[in-house]
Amino acid sequence: MGFEKFGQVSFTSQTRAAEFVDYLEKGEVRATKCNECGRVFFPPRADCSWCMSSNVEWLEIKGQGKIDSFTKVNYAPTGFEKDVPYILTLADFDGIKVFGRMNKEISEDNVKVGMAVKVAPLTLSEGKITYEFLPA
Amino acid sequence: MPKDVAIIGVGQSHFVRGYPGSIRELAFDAYSEAMKDAGLGPDDVNASIICTAPEYDKQRSPSGLIAEYLGLNPQPTFAIETVCSASSTGLKVAYSMIKSGLHDIVVVLGFQKMSEITSADSQERMGRGADIMWESPFGTMMPAYYAMHARAHFNKYGSTPEDLALIRVKAAKYGTLNERAVYRKGVEFDQVMSSDIIASPLKMFDCCANADGSSCMVLASADKAKEISKKPVWVLGVGAASAAMTMTGRDALSGLSAAREAAKAAYEMAGVTPQDIDVAEVHDCFTIAELMAYENLGFAEPGKGNELIRNGETYIGGKIPVNVDGGLLSKGHPIGATGGSQIRTIVLQLRDEAGDIQVPGAEIGLVHNIGGVGIYGNVTILGR
Repeated sequence: MGFEKFGQVSFTSQTRAAEFVDYLEKGEVRATKCNECGRVFFPPRADCSWCMSSNVEWLEIKGQGKIDSFTKVNYAPTGFEKDVPYILTLADFDGIKVFGRMNKEISEDNVKVGMAVKVAPLTLSEGKITYEFLPA
Repeated sequence: MPKDVAIIGVGQSHFVRGYPGSIRELAFDAYSEAMKDAGLGPDDVNASIICTAPEYDKQRSPSGLIAEYLGLNPQPTFAIETVCSASSTGLKVAYSMIKSGLHDIVVVLGFQKMSEITSADSQERMGRGADIMWESPFGTMMPAYYAMHARAHFNKYGSTPEDLALIRVKAAKYGTLNERAVYRKGVEFDQVMSSDIIASPLKMFDCCANADGSSCMVLASADKAKEISKKPVWVLGVGAASAAMTMTGRDALSGLSAAREAAKAAYEMAGVTPQDIDVAEVHDCFTIAELMAYENLGFAEPGKGNELIRNGETYIGGKIPVNVDGGLLSKGHPIGATGGSQIRTIVLQLRDEAGDIQVPGAEIGLVHNIGGVGIYGNVTILGR
């Protein structure tokens, strides 16, 4: 339990990676790292399928990333109708790829592929929490 | 070239907005056409494979019901799911069952009645087509994902929204000739360019339509095919591959790695190259998907796909005619039926029975069918 707090709409509540939400509440966006082989995972994984190990630690995603691609969504799936339009973004933080939304105040005209961004937690209504991208 | 397994019968229902019957009747429409085409009855069939995206079905375990309705008891039956490429996967499994010597004749039936559930329920399922833990909570949907691929392609290679519009205009031109297509109107370039933006840079006319429909293929061993069929079409190569479901797990967005891998495997098995292909069906669920397919299949170098459409090379008469039945963009995309419909088009081409859309002298054809946003790649090469 605990993971139902993540995101605008939650689809699942149980995961062994639910600590992600605790870190968001402390103001940090974290990935996991396999303590056997050193691979870093985002989205965070509780397990490393290369080492057959569940020995992972949490690692903060800091600094600047670069936008790989983005799209402004005008028509939303069920449950997100009130949110549109929003900008979905994929950004690369030194090889760690992060998928999420751009901050609501940023207009599409000001978003470019290659642009520098940072990622930060965002508190939503009804005790929910997520993260978003901001220009760096 | 291996000539071990052949397609000896094909069928397809009309693809329509709301099919006025049940899923068993929808399945029958394609099945009866394919079985008449093969000249067979239910007792001649050794097994059936039912291809569907079951989240659209109200019926639990539809393969049981459909096999009963089609007279295919007591032969074995089961369902296959790779979302939009289910019936190409079904063909690959049928090929394996026949090649192994287990069965001589296998029916592959794909269907989807997307109107079985409400539009809101359908939109809800669209949202769950991504990783539900880490991506769906942001409000993702298919057009948005392909839009991100489009943006990355534009940025890396200088392709443009105009290139995508040209692809839609081509699809619509051939859609007008296909009486089984859901969208039969022509579309002008300016109409595409001025249509509503769904997820930038993709516009309404860059997206295919939902539809209800079914498709059916009858596959046979070499001995049976030669005995039964005047015009067997041989399965020369079957390639399949997978790629990350998440956007974060993909190496690059400017192409689909599962399509590249599947193509490589299919070309190798068939012993042919992209230059040998006379006619192709590619998975144009969105216009950008066709542009990426040109490159992932080797019809153009990476980044040069737009030259094919700008120069009209993917029309009949061009270097490599693509989607001359209107593609998913005009035919519509009834998930589980789509691959079988693409394969039917190529089979008719290779039998010289494609009518108004016949590519003269076509001997080798290719089908590219993708499940999800590049999750499941399937490439099938057929020859006469």
